[in-house]
Amino acid sequence: MNAPANPIKAPALPSSAAPRTPQWYVRVRDYLVQRTLPPVLIGGALLLIWQMLCSGPDAALPPPTQVVSDTWELIIHPFYDNGGNDVGLAWQMLASLERVAYGYLLAVIAGVSLGVLVGQSTWAMRGLDPLFQILRTVPPLAWLPLSLAGFKDSHPSAIFVIFITAIWPIIINTSVGIRNIPEDYRNVAKVLRLNGLEYFHKIMLPAAAPYIFSGLRIGVGLSWLAIIAAEMLIGGVGIGFFIWDAWNASRISDIILALIYVGVVGYLLDRLVAMVGQYVTRGTSAG
Amino acid sequence: MTPYLSIEHVEKRFERNGVSSHVLSDINLRVERGEYISIIGHSGCGKSTVLNIVAGLIDSSSGVVILDGKEVRDPGPDRSLVFQNHSLLPWLTVYENVALAVDKVFKRSKSRAERKEWTLRHLDMVNMSHALHKRPSEISGGMKQRVGIARALAMEPKVLLLDEPFGALDALTRAHLQDEVMRIQGELHNTVMMITHDVDEAVLLSDRIVMMTNGPSATIGEILHIDLPRPRNRIALANDPRYNQYRQAVLSFLYEKQRKVEDLGQRRQSSDSKPQAQARA
Repeated sequence: MNAPANPIKAPALPSSAAPRTPQWYVRVRDYLVQRTLPPVLIGGALLLIWQMLCSGPDAALPPPTQVVSDTWELIIHPFYDNGGNDVGLAWQMLASLERVAYGYLLAVIAGVSLGVLVGQSTWAMRGLDPLFQILRTVPPLAWLPLSLAGFKDSHPSAIFVIFITAIWPIIINTSVGIRNIPEDYRNVAKVLRLNGLEYFHKIMLPAAAPYIFSGLRIGVGLSWLAIIAAEMLIGGVGIGFFIWDAWNASRISDIILALIYVGVVGYLLDRLVAMVGQYVTRGTSAG
Repeated sequence: MTPYLSIEHVEKRFERNGVSSHVLSDINLRVERGEYISIIGHSGCGKSTVLNIVAGLIDSSSGVVILDGKEVRDPGPDRSLVFQNHSLLPWLTVYENVALAVDKVFKRSKSRAERKEWTLRHLDMVNMSHALHKRPSEISGGMKQRVGIARALAMEPKVLLLDEPFGALDALTRAHLQDEVMRIQGELHNTVMMITHDVDEAVLLSDRIVMMTNGPSATIGEILHIDLPRPRNRIALANDPRYNQYRQAVLSFLYEKQRKVEDLGQRRQSSDSKPQAQARA
């Protein structure tokens, strides 16, 4: 089919292609200009302002250049281990992440189960919803003294604080998702006579997955917020206590570095849950 | 001879906030095996309620539905439904949507390979073999409805219930799908009960048209036998005097005998609630 067209087209191709810039170059350049340039410009401007504001001799906070020079040892040796609390920032981060992982996973299991119960049973909803609405407004740290009293140990107490912080949005979103399953899907299940288990994993979970994952995303953000605060109080290894320790030793630059790390890890946690959610719920939006 | 499907003295009353409304009154209908029945009536006359009672999704207030000698009490795969809004599960592919039904219904009676073959055959019957691994969001409305029909047929129902199956489609797609349904009906000889408010569709597809009076207390007004030879061709029938007589008969029932008498206030209300009513009808 193309054969007769080729002789005409062939000589035209090189002449038209030669002056044109390659396609990939245009795409990369556009991406850099449109996506990478704005944050780099704004970030640079903010660093400059910070540098100017904090460069005076009586400035309370160090400028960015001083932060980098003060914390250079911490930045280049994230995995050092001098025993006790004196370990690198990577270990501090991992200790915090481990607590979050335990508390958050427990919250996911309990939260989704309770959410399913409350979403499925009107009776359970009427009984449990007032309790949930009151308990979810309790600030995470307010649970800490109680859990220390109960567990008599700081490690499970921190995990409990994560758990109790993350569970409410998971319960509430899951139950809303289950209440919002379209009547049509329920009818399909009825006509097919799906049993409880089949209905649960073939209809209920996939239909409610977008709601469940928005709850999971809020939950992971909240638990990362709570762990820093909880660790400041319980001590030991962990990024929260590292910050508190740095404040007691007046190492302001260390605090700033730790805050940047906390922000980046929190962002990555959020992206991770969002990506898992996108993968699991692909195609779930009705079309 | 006892009929295959029989609806006897079915009544339906809804109770809401202490106000009781009588939706259906004394519905009696006998359907033979392999018969294609259309139920036509103005929106809100309760024709969907009749279908849902036969499906078992709604309980009747009194009266019984008997299918093949057994009373209908709850939903089941022997009365498969095709909904107006297709109701495919969006997280499953075309193949998986049909396979879900096939695997459940024939879990014991067919082997895995037989079930796969059965699923593919029904998707082929509605000409959807080219999109087995697409999700519902990636195919057109007409294709979704084909998959919905394949899913319903694959359950090998005793009676196929169609709830305005072509209502949400454009005219060309609708005509195309009607032809396909006629062709499939010619092969499988299913017993079909279809809700519609399209007069041409009813005359073209049906053996009998059940015309319902307006609610409240709606009941069956007239039943029209469509005595046209099959296979039917919409173009040839367009000039057939009998076809036009049947059409005329249905139209005069709907627009003369059962014309909706509404005052201005009601009309405004009904036009506001129309999308909802259509979705439910």
